[in-house]
Amino acid sequence: MNDHATTLSKAAERSAPEAAAASRRRHRQRLEALRAFALGIGFPILLVLIWDRAVAISGTRLIPSPYQVAVMMYDFSFGGVYDDAFSGTILIHVWKSVQRVYAGFFFAALIGIPLGLMIGRIKILRQLLDPTISLLRPIPVTAWLPLSMIFFGLGPNAAIFLVFLGAFYPILLNTIFGVRSVDPRLFEAASMLGCKGTAMFREIILPASLPSIFNGLRIAHGFAWILIVVGEMTGVPTGLGSVVMDGRTLSRTDLVITGMIVIGACGFVTDRIIVAISNHFLRWSPQHRE
Amino acid sequence: MNKQERPAILTISGVTKRFAAGDDEVEALAPVDLTVPQGEFVCLIGASGCGKSTLLRIIAGFEQPTTGDASVYGKTITGPGSDRGMVFQDYALFPWMTVRQNISFGPRQRRLPRGDVARTTDEFVKLVGLERFADRYPTQLSGGMKQRVAIARVLANNANILLMDEPFGALDALTREQLQNELLQIWSRTGVTAIFVTHSVEEAVLLADRVLVMSAGPGRIDSDFRIDLARPRDVSSPEFNALRRDIARRLTSHLVPSRA
Repeated sequence: MNDHATTLSKAAERSAPEAAAASRRRHRQRLEALRAFALGIGFPILLVLIWDRAVAISGTRLIPSPYQVAVMMYDFSFGGVYDDAFSGTILIHVWKSVQRVYAGFFFAALIGIPLGLMIGRIKILRQLLDPTISLLRPIPVTAWLPLSMIFFGLGPNAAIFLVFLGAFYPILLNTIFGVRSVDPRLFEAASMLGCKGTAMFREIILPASLPSIFNGLRIAHGFAWILIVVGEMTGVPTGLGSVVMDGRTLSRTDLVITGMIVIGACGFVTDRIIVAISNHFLRWSPQHRE
Repeated sequence: MNKQERPAILTISGVTKRFAAGDDEVEALAPVDLTVPQGEFVCLIGASGCGKSTLLRIIAGFEQPTTGDASVYGKTITGPGSDRGMVFQDYALFPWMTVRQNISFGPRQRRLPRGDVARTTDEFVKLVGLERFADRYPTQLSGGMKQRVAIARVLANNANILLMDEPFGALDALTREQLQNELLQIWSRTGVTAIFVTHSVEEAVLLADRVLVMSAGPGRIDSDFRIDLARPRDVSSPEFNALRRDIARRLTSHLVPSRA
């Protein structure tokens, strides 16, 4: 309390040169923030300019100009330009893809996290499952596409399965790693304080491995958005992947690029949400905050 | 002082410990016998590798003795229990819990009514003087504050044996001195039995009713010093320094042959 009072009174009596220094410092900080923003936004603008010039100079008709893509984006969002099957349909496609991405992703988390906690903690489970996991993991998820179409038919479920598979391994492996790297003293401390059995999983193992679990969730989430496109490229009429695929079939590159941009934006926004959730749960750990 | 008449809280008889080390076995503890009366402050002191930490971990229930028996109030120790609380050198606080949540962890595990948990927690937050830091996370605390939380966490769980493994070893000299005084106050106020591992002779003589000097190869209790100085103890008094010299001599007497 005392320290606080002295700082306050000091602040009040701050002399003119000190105030000027503070204002200069604030000014520098603002300038720094402005520069970071200008650089971050400037580079993509530069890329678009190069794209525009390259299309204009080469005179290609295979790649649309940024302006044509912008028109397509407007039509895809609000309609009123081309008035075709894709006009004003963005929300339907985004919604379908989001549903499939998160069905697969949450299913992967629902199985991956508890399984990872148990494999990490229970030796016999590790001995039973570790070789199988190591064997299955190197198989590219896209190689499962034919089999998943046989298992789940042509339709959204095959896409969800692909997302699940792609998200499952990063979640599982990071959870196992998280459990394995918990300081054994924490288990000792918990057990001497009367914690045992399932309470140990809930109170100690889960929160202690949370930083690593969130790492896995974030990687898995990135994979999920990659795989939804692969999954939706065959046999489904809606979804951002199917938009990209239809654009290819119809030779409408403006639609393809529009679809790519929307997928990128969805991935970016949802990744920020995951980071925000992770920051909330890991607020105790300064080195895991971004 | 009628400490000798108090009932024994901890009885260790014929405890040995062997560890597997590759194809070999290492004898960490030769048969150790020890009786600690309730409320006594015991310091275990010795060079590294003398088995003092192993003995402490056996009492905590983290390790099982190879032979022999360690018991609290006549009941053999089979594992960790809330009657014995360990304070680790590296604190081992739960980093995702605030100070208050760390301290209330034991009472919450015992599923006490919420009001009781809150009351006990407040009491021990206050005992270690961390009211202003109760909602901070361990990473936001200094080493001394962390160790206060660790002590409160164990006491809030009704531990009647406080096991401390070089608890102040990682602290700077000033903080250590302050915590030593606070520990003595808490000890005399709560009547808890303390078993304190250290390798500082001065710390042992300052704190303990009784200093046990351990020697290595295999670990055993070499000598048992009673410290009958009145508290607070004056580290510059001749009696204090005489004891310090005696204990240091016992300690180093074991180092000479191993050097040769």
